[in-house]
Amino acid sequence: MPEPLLHVENLRTYFYTPSGVARSVDGVSFDIGAGETVGVVGESGCGKSVTALSILRLIRPPGRVEPGSQILFRGRDLATLSEKEMRDVRGAQIAMVFQEPMSALNPVFTVGDQVAEVVRIHGSGSRKDAWNRAVEMLETVGIPAAGERAHEYPHQLSGGMRQRIVIAMALVMNPALVVADEPTTALDVTIQAQILELLGGLQKKFGTSILMITHDLGVVAESVSRVIVMYGGEVVEQADVRDLFAHAHHPYTEGLLRAMPHMGQQRERLATIPGTVPPATSWPEGCRFHDRCPYAWERCVREHPPLYQIGVNHVSRCHLAEEPERRVPHEIAAAAGAPV
Amino acid sequence: MTTPAETAQGRPLVEARDLSKHFPIKRGLLGKSHGAVKAVSGVSFDVFPAETLGLVGESGCGKSTTGRLLLRLIEPTGGSVRFDGQDVLSLSSGDMRRMRRNMQIIFQDPFSSLNPRMTVGAIVREGLTIHGLAEGSAADARVRSLLDEVGLRADVASRFPHEFSGGQRQRIGIARALAVEPKFIVCDEPVSALDVSVQAQVINLMQDLQRDRGLAYLFIAHDLSVVEHIAHRVAVMYLGKIVELANAEDLYREPIMPYTQALLSAVPVADPTHHRSRVVLTGDVPSPANPPSGCVFHPRCQHPAKDAACTQIVPPLELKAANHWAACIKQPPTGVDWAHQQAAGGTKPPERIIPAATPIS
Repeated sequence: MPEPLLHVENLRTYFYTPSGVARSVDGVSFDIGAGETVGVVGESGCGKSVTALSILRLIRPPGRVEPGSQILFRGRDLATLSEKEMRDVRGAQIAMVFQEPMSALNPVFTVGDQVAEVVRIHGSGSRKDAWNRAVEMLETVGIPAAGERAHEYPHQLSGGMRQRIVIAMALVMNPALVVADEPTTALDVTIQAQILELLGGLQKKFGTSILMITHDLGVVAESVSRVIVMYGGEVVEQADVRDLFAHAHHPYTEGLLRAMPHMGQQRERLATIPGTVPPATSWPEGCRFHDRCPYAWERCVREHPPLYQIGVNHVSRCHLAEEPERRVPHEIAAAAGAPV
Repeated sequence: MTTPAETAQGRPLVEARDLSKHFPIKRGLLGKSHGAVKAVSGVSFDVFPAETLGLVGESGCGKSTTGRLLLRLIEPTGGSVRFDGQDVLSLSSGDMRRMRRNMQIIFQDPFSSLNPRMTVGAIVREGLTIHGLAEGSAADARVRSLLDEVGLRADVASRFPHEFSGGQRQRIGIARALAVEPKFIVCDEPVSALDVSVQAQVINLMQDLQRDRGLAYLFIAHDLSVVEHIAHRVAVMYLGKIVELANAEDLYREPIMPYTQALLSAVPVADPTHHRSRVVLTGDVPSPANPPSGCVFHPRCQHPAKDAACTQIVPPLELKAANHWAACIKQPPTGVDWAHQQAAGGTKPPERIIPAATPIS
C-alpha cells in the first residue's frame, strides 16, 4: 500500500479553559490518500473543525496540539515544524477553505490582489505574473469576466462568487491537500450545487485531495468517497461512503442518518437522538455516547470501546461489534413504555 | 378570477392579499429616494387553521419579510392581511397589541432572540402579564406547565438563556410564543441553526403542538427537506414573488415552475448510490432593486421553450393542475395564449416539461 498523503496519528488538541481542560480532539487517527476526498461529519462540538485547524496548525492558546500527536504530511511531521516552516506548507501544499467567505477575505483589498498575494508569498516572478496567474485562476473557478472582476472588492460580490474567490485562493498554488470546513453551509442550495460541482471538477483536473468537513449528510453522500464520523472528540466510525450509508454500525451514525429529514418522506415522525453533545470538558466515562445511545448497557458505561474492525475499510467504536445481539432499543427491550 | 387561496377548503385563518413591501433606496445628504428594493411584491396566500404552509426560497427572496408583514413587525407598502376575517392592517396600535396574542413568531437565532438579562421564567411569563392572562401563582403554574409542554424541566425557570444549548433555547422561544395561546405562529427558520439530531427533536415538538393545540404555522425555511417533512402546502418565492403554490406532495413530486424544478434538483440527496441529472442554475439571484423584466426568473431559466415573450410578459400565478398554482407562460395550461406570446416576440410554443420526480431515498 502506498504511503498516504496525510497520516494523522493519535491527534489530541486540548483547550485549557477556566472551566477545565476541553479535550476537543482526543486521539484521532486517519489517512488521506492522494486524490482522495474524505468527509468528516458530526454535530457542533464533536471536534471536526478543531481537527481541521490542527492539521494546519492554526490552534491558538489556550488551545494546543498535545505532544505525541502526529500529523505526517508526505512523511514530514507537521506537529513538530516551526511556525516559519509551517508558513511554507500553508497555502502552498495544504490550503483551507472556510465556511464564511466574507470573513476569510480582506475587505480593503481587491479580490485579484488577494489571490495574487498567495502567489507572491509562495512563488517567484513579478507582480504582473502573479496578477496574471490570479486572473487565470479566477477564470478557472468560473468568475465571469475575471479580468474586470479581479479589480472588485469582496463586498461587491455575491456569497457564491466570494466562495469561488476563496477556492481560487486555496487552489492557486496547486496544493496537494485542501481542507474545506463547511464550504457550502453559508450558501443557498442552488449555489451550493454550483460550488460542489466546481470543487469536484477542480479535484479531477488537479488531482487534489480534499478533507471535507460538514454536518450535511447529503453533501457527504454526493461528494466524498470515504467518511469519518466524529463524536466526543473521537472517530466513532469510518467507512467507504456507500458502505456507511447502507450499513451504518455505530448507534450515533445510525441516529444521524435517521434524524435527517429525507426528500420523499412526508410528515413522518423523525427519529431523534435524545439529549445533546456534552461539553468537551466532561466527556462521559466509558463510551462517550452511552448517555444518548438507545442500546447502551453496563459495559458501555464502564469500558471505553476501541475502534473495532467490522468490515473491509470499516471501523466502529462500539461494543456492539462484539455483542451484536444487544442491538435492541431499550424501549423494545423494556417492552413497556419508553424509558427516560 | 379565482386566486390560489380560494380553491382550498374551509375558512382561512390568515388571508394575505397582494402584499407588498418596497424599501426605498436613499442616497445623499438629503436622503432623496432613488428607486426601491421590491422585497415583496404582490404576494397572496391563505393559511388555514391547524395547517402548516411552508414558505421556501433562497436568501433575499422575501420570505422572512413576508412573515414579518403578516404580524406588522414591518408595515406593508400595500395589500391586505386578514386574521379570522378581521383587517389587521387597519388596527390601532392598542388593538394590534391585542391581536398579537393570536399571532406569534419564533425566530431563527435562539441566541439573539432571548433577553440575556431575563430568567427563562420571566421570558415565558412576560406575555401572560402583558395580555393580562394570569398573575401571581397562577402565572407560575402556567409557566411550569408550558416549560413541561416543550420538554424542559420546571426548574429551568430560574436560570438564564446563556446556560442553555441552541435546541433548548429554541424550546424556550416556543414556550414564550405558546404562553399567550396563539392560533397562528410564524416560524422563521426555526431549526436552521440547530444540529440535525436536535433539529429532529424540535420538529417533532412543533408537530405535536400543532396536533394538540390545532395551531397554524407559516413555516419559513430554506431547507427543502425539512419543509417537505412538516408542511401541508408549500409556497415557493423568488425575487419577492410567489412563483409556485401547491400541496407539498404535488409540489415535490411534480414541480412545474422551472425555478422550483432547479431548486429541488439542487438539494443533495443522502444516498451515495443515487445519481441523478441536476439542473445546475448558472449565475446568482438578480438584485431585487433592479429585477429582470417579464418573468423575474428568465435570465436563469432553462426551460427549452424560453423565448423573448418571457422577457416581456409577467407570468400570472395560475392554476396548472388541481390545487397547483405556478407562474410560467411556457408550462401549459396558461391563460397567456400563444397569439399573445407571439405578439410579445415569442417564437417557441409552450411545452410541458416535468423533470423526473424527486426519487424516494
